[in-house]
Amino acid sequence: MKLKSILAAGAVVAVAGAALPAAAQSMVETITDRGELNCGVSTGLAGFSNPDSEGNWTGLDVDVCKAIAAAILGDADAVSYTPATAQQRFTILQSGEVDLLSRNTTWTLTRDTSLGLHFAPITFYDGQGFMVPRELGVTSALELDGAAVCVQPGTTTELNLADYFRANGMEFEPVVIEQLDEVNAAYFSGRCDVYTTDASGLASIRSTVAENPEDHMILPELISKEPLGPAVRQGDDEFFNIVKWVVYALIEAEEYGITSENVDDMRENSDNPGVQRLLGASAGMGENLGLSEDWAYNAIKQVGNYGEIFERNVGVDTPLGLERGYNDLWTRGGLMYAMPVR
Amino acid sequence: MAVDSDRGASASSKTPFWYDPRFRAIFFQILTVVLVVAGIGYLVSNVMTNLERQNIASGFGFLQREAGFAIAESMVSYSAADTYGRAFIVGILNTFRVALLGIVLATIIGVLVGVARLSTNWLIAKLASVYIEVLRNIPLLLQLFIWYGVITVSLPGPRQAMSPVEGIYLSNRGFMIPAPVADPIHAYMGIAALLALAAGYLIRRWAKQRQIDTGKQFPVYKTSLGLLILFPAIAWVLGGAPTVMELPTLQGFNFRGGLTLTPEFAALLFGLTFYTAAFIAEIVRGGILAVSHGQSEAAFALGLRKGMVLRFIVLPQALRIIIPPTTSQYLNLTKNSSLAVAIGYPDLVSVGNTTLNQTGQAIEAITIFMAVYLTLSLTISLIMNWYNRAIALVER
Ligand SMILES: N[C@@H](CCC(=O)N[C@@H](CS)C(=O)NCC(=O)O)C(=O)O
Repeated sequence: MKLKSILAAGAVVAVAGAALPAAAQSMVETITDRGELNCGVSTGLAGFSNPDSEGNWTGLDVDVCKAIAAAILGDADAVSYTPATAQQRFTILQSGEVDLLSRNTTWTLTRDTSLGLHFAPITFYDGQGFMVPRELGVTSALELDGAAVCVQPGTTTELNLADYFRANGMEFEPVVIEQLDEVNAAYFSGRCDVYTTDASGLASIRSTVAENPEDHMILPELISKEPLGPAVRQGDDEFFNIVKWVVYALIEAEEYGITSENVDDMRENSDNPGVQRLLGASAGMGENLGLSEDWAYNAIKQVGNYGEIFERNVGVDTPLGLERGYNDLWTRGGLMYAMPVR
Repeated sequence: MAVDSDRGASASSKTPFWYDPRFRAIFFQILTVVLVVAGIGYLVSNVMTNLERQNIASGFGFLQREAGFAIAESMVSYSAADTYGRAFIVGILNTFRVALLGIVLATIIGVLVGVARLSTNWLIAKLASVYIEVLRNIPLLLQLFIWYGVITVSLPGPRQAMSPVEGIYLSNRGFMIPAPVADPIHAYMGIAALLALAAGYLIRRWAKQRQIDTGKQFPVYKTSLGLLILFPAIAWVLGGAPTVMELPTLQGFNFRGGLTLTPEFAALLFGLTFYTAAFIAEIVRGGILAVSHGQSEAAFALGLRKGMVLRFIVLPQALRIIIPPTTSQYLNLTKNSSLAVAIGYPDLVSVGNTTLNQTGQAIEAITIFMAVYLTLSLTISLIMNWYNRAIALVER
């Protein structure tokens, strides 16, 4: 009898095992049921994603999460943030711990393919730079032969660095540390001569971590293209579409001159069919995405258009003090170009 | 599984076969194996389908692809143009290097501190206890950060490096010393050293036999040590006594040439060594205390001197108690070396994590981690078990 019950138990296990990968819920359903968007962000890079002393996250990458939460759930605050180092970020996305990565992550071919990711539109066009203490007397990256260079592992930074020194016949000693705080400490204690990462990241670290920002300078050379944008895992095209079009909506809003301030007025009074479509005054776009018609309205109302997001977090009036540059609208000579919402 | 054959036979004739203990013993073993294999098979197939569904690459082919990232220190030649496979080898050797050195140093310090704690000198005993209590009770990761911080923050930059002696520099880039310029004679010196070790072994056998036969003693250890220095020295002189040294010199940002002990390696080595030594010290103390006091008293009564009592009576017995727990400290040290990631020493895990991140091949990278640590741990266990058997009490 004992034997029978054991066999029965075994059979149950086998059947249950086979049945386990059951019908998967769509991402949008999961997020709606949960009432919250799980967003992967950095462990703390001022201007992009940074927790304040009360645990509230701010930054450009954070605002992208908020806009998506606003579009899906109607509430920009319905986001739960999971901080990850460069090294951990893809694992938390692949394993399903987060729905979306919005964490100064560069879109590359390998990440798109062997990591099984989909990148949504770029939210920040960047390039890799070098920061050195001013007292070193260096003025160009080509003078860095033999330098010790601080870098975070698991980044495109690490690869570009090796490429650049190899291409220019120079040597360097990499100091590779995973935690951002620890790399910062290593650089500011003088363990490395040079700090390298995305130029925006350097601006952030220089302005918020350095004791005296004036003592450090960012060298003129940018050695790579670092298009940064949100990423999702492959396998749910509906969710991918939403992430893509929310980002486009933020850019499109800036192009139409829709801001968080005037969005109500625009929705009521604008005669522009493009504005009406975007804000849901004329129906259809929301339905196509599987969302309510005020998806873009909510995102813009609660978070602002792309220009507002940029200026608020990294613009000239912030400690980072970045110009729009490439991140300006295409109509003003930048690269920000939203696909038509129609 | 010894079964009473009488009962077994009678049981099979009267009761159903599933009450037969022999049948049951075999059946449950087979059942266990089947369940374990099925469980593993299920997990593997589940992983494969999930990876496929998410379009994540799998397989070990990536090991042949170019790694593209640089590694700070390596015992074999390596550049960013080498493969991921080679990067793994660099990482494995770096892990091996820090673990081996750590084990040797932790043993030496551990024994010294353990004996010191039993010292009759109040100050020495107290210092040893303080060392043990402090080091044992601070998490290792924190100690690594402290060591790394101390080295990088408190030492001056390379341009203001401290130089106690010409050619030796201490800065936040590490500890630089002159190194002999590579010469083929170094290989012969290595061979000579091995020969000296072999000679030492033979001398020991001969001396032991002679002592049994004639009662005369021979200074085996001193002689062996002498040979160990003499043989390579002869090889060196025969090879033309090359004395060219490469001095570390400040060029541009940094020192070049000579040998460098990097801050990352030093912090990891110090951290692992001092932390593990505290545990080994306690094991040594416990081992010595466990040898009954009557043993030493009896030895003293026979007229042995203090050093001899320790060497011939107490230590051989204490070792039997000390070795097994020390083995597990060695294993801990080896596995703890993976904390290297935190302070930037390029060990197996650090290199593997970067690879994993770049290629997305988490399962493969983690399989390699497991295989390497398992091999290292089993090797340490094998050696230590062999040693344990060699010193075990031989009862007549
Ligand atoms: N864009 C590069 C680098 C991104 C990156 O991780 N940068 C670092 C340095 S600015 C960072 O954000 N670290 C924050 C953290 O580790 O939490 C990439 O995608 O590989």
